[in-house]
Amino acid sequence: MDNAAKAPILQTMNYDSDIAIVGGGLNGTAMALALVRSGLSVTLIDAASLPTRAAPDFDGRSYALALTSKRMLAALGLWDGLSENAQPMNQIKVTDGRINDGHAFLGLHFDAAELEEGPMGYMVEDRHLRHALLDAVEAEPNITHMSAARVVAQEVTTTAATLTLEDGKTVTARVIIGADGRQSGTAERAGISRTGWSYDQTALVCAIAHEKPHQGIAHQFFMPSGPLAILPLKGNRSSIVWSEKSDLAQQINGLSDEKYLQILRPRFGDFLGEISLAGARFTYPLNLTLANSVISDRLVLVGDAAHGMHPIAGQGLNAGLKDIAVLAQVMDEAKRRGEDIASPLVLERYAEWRSFDVATLAAATDVFNRLFSNDSSLLRLGRDLGMKAVNAMPNLRRGFMREAAGLTGELPALMR
Amino acid sequence: MTDTQTTVDPAEVAKFEAMAAEWWDPKGKFKPLHMLNPCRLDYITSQIAAEFDRDLSAESPFAGLRLLDIGCGGGLLSEPMARLGATVVGVDAAERNIPVAQAHAAQSGLDIDYRHNTAEALAAAGEQFDIVLNMEVVEHVADPLAYLTACAQLLKSGGLHICSTLNRNPKSFMMAIVGAEHVMRWLPKGTHEWSKFITPDELFDLLSKSGVTPVDRKGMVFNPITWSWSLSDRDLSVNYVTASVKP
Repeated sequence: MDNAAKAPILQTMNYDSDIAIVGGGLNGTAMALALVRSGLSVTLIDAASLPTRAAPDFDGRSYALALTSKRMLAALGLWDGLSENAQPMNQIKVTDGRINDGHAFLGLHFDAAELEEGPMGYMVEDRHLRHALLDAVEAEPNITHMSAARVVAQEVTTTAATLTLEDGKTVTARVIIGADGRQSGTAERAGISRTGWSYDQTALVCAIAHEKPHQGIAHQFFMPSGPLAILPLKGNRSSIVWSEKSDLAQQINGLSDEKYLQILRPRFGDFLGEISLAGARFTYPLNLTLANSVISDRLVLVGDAAHGMHPIAGQGLNAGLKDIAVLAQVMDEAKRRGEDIASPLVLERYAEWRSFDVATLAAATDVFNRLFSNDSSLLRLGRDLGMKAVNAMPNLRRGFMREAAGLTGELPALMR
Repeated sequence: MTDTQTTVDPAEVAKFEAMAAEWWDPKGKFKPLHMLNPCRLDYITSQIAAEFDRDLSAESPFAGLRLLDIGCGGGLLSEPMARLGATVVGVDAAERNIPVAQAHAAQSGLDIDYRHNTAEALAAAGEQFDIVLNMEVVEHVADPLAYLTACAQLLKSGGLHICSTLNRNPKSFMMAIVGAEHVMRWLPKGTHEWSKFITPDELFDLLSKSGVTPVDRKGMVFNPITWSWSLSDRDLSVNYVTASVKP
């Protein structure tokens, strides 16, 4: 007869969901959608309110999605709705410049025509991405979405993880995923320390409308004060990301729109014709913050909660989406094998798969920034020669492009 | 053997829970087994899904299947099978493993029937299963054919026998004895006796004689670059796993 010997104490648990995700931004929503594909149930806890998340206007923010990130959104069923608002990046031009030099020192030129996979990436506005993810979350019966819900405490036992919300409600799950950004409360409550450093630099972000078409070309200018990127949006619009020393950036941001444009114009010349602002202006102090561990007992960190990156290479969201694709795959495989998805055995696989990528990217971005925001003439000469060398070597150039498109490293299934 | 468990005292439970924690520590002394386990589970789950026409992405895909795990140890295979919905009996010839496996199953909220018993005794008692898991055991028994015949008797008609072991050749001697026991210290010295290792052809022959029809065999290969195990169609030179069906 089966089960003649009853186990001493059968500790059966009732979970509200298999997984509780803290943070309802782009990473949290994408994580929830990736997990329910494996038949897992998710409670998504967002401190922001639904009206905030669903705000319809263009606020000036946008993302450079790597090709792999685009593939992942397609696998999640979101790309059909996004594609009409996504601007393909067909070429990337990298130039070393000084104010008023325009693009005098023409450097690297990457053309997607050299890459068999097509465009290296797509520019998508934050609002379109947000809406696509939110709509899909709302339509998904296995996601319980709690808005304006703030986590005040978390407790992990050998059998479960429990979150307590501000209003006293509790959510019990097998495992907690922290997708709550670079100041992750989830990581802090778990006692995970962070390593980071800040630069005395602040990124200024805005969208502009311009007279001449951008032809799907993204520009990266390396100025002595820091990099300036012009990224093509749909229509005659582009997203601008530039960085300056922090005190100067704050002064510039405090200026009127017209004065702001007066400072911006000479930084990239007049090849786009007349320009005007096409959305709000933002500033982001540049810093790097890495969680010292991306897993703990019944807990996993993804996105900026795991690695808040310098936005110089536009890799923050792309790295977050890769975390999500990897974690979703690790959990899917574990579930199909009958393994406990919350066991350290399973969570360790995620940590191991991601560790190399994140460390190299964080270090590379840091070195890149230090190298390119320096006005020493020797460094300039070195950079200039380096760019010319890369340009002269198609294989090396393709290597850089594949890196930018996210095509390097072991790709999770959602990104293939 | 079974009556004792219902009267276990709390101090005993705590001791067994500590031993279970050791069995299940990914970095502890059973680390080699934990490294191999995903690969074994991939094979087992896909063979069961194919034989009994089950969808692994469904909820409780193995519901209604009665499964025997021989040499269950701390329950590294029994627990995943129970989680996938199978009715699991786990037996181990080492009595001390039984309360340890029970303690961990209780923590996992899984109902598994663990017994200090052997395949031969269960067969003699007339027990019947849809699936028999016989992983890394046959190289340790005195009479492989008698043992495999007992395994075959335990199967219902149409039942699945999954059996893994180690090949016998110079490479397996280097890898399993010199490498795993002496160099890497993954296993205690003397864990394996190389002369008891069985080639895939010999195992297929033994399985056929035992009363089942061998249908599949794959290698389990360790990749020192990725530091993980994977299944291979071609390389059965060291660890390998087979599937057989009872007519």
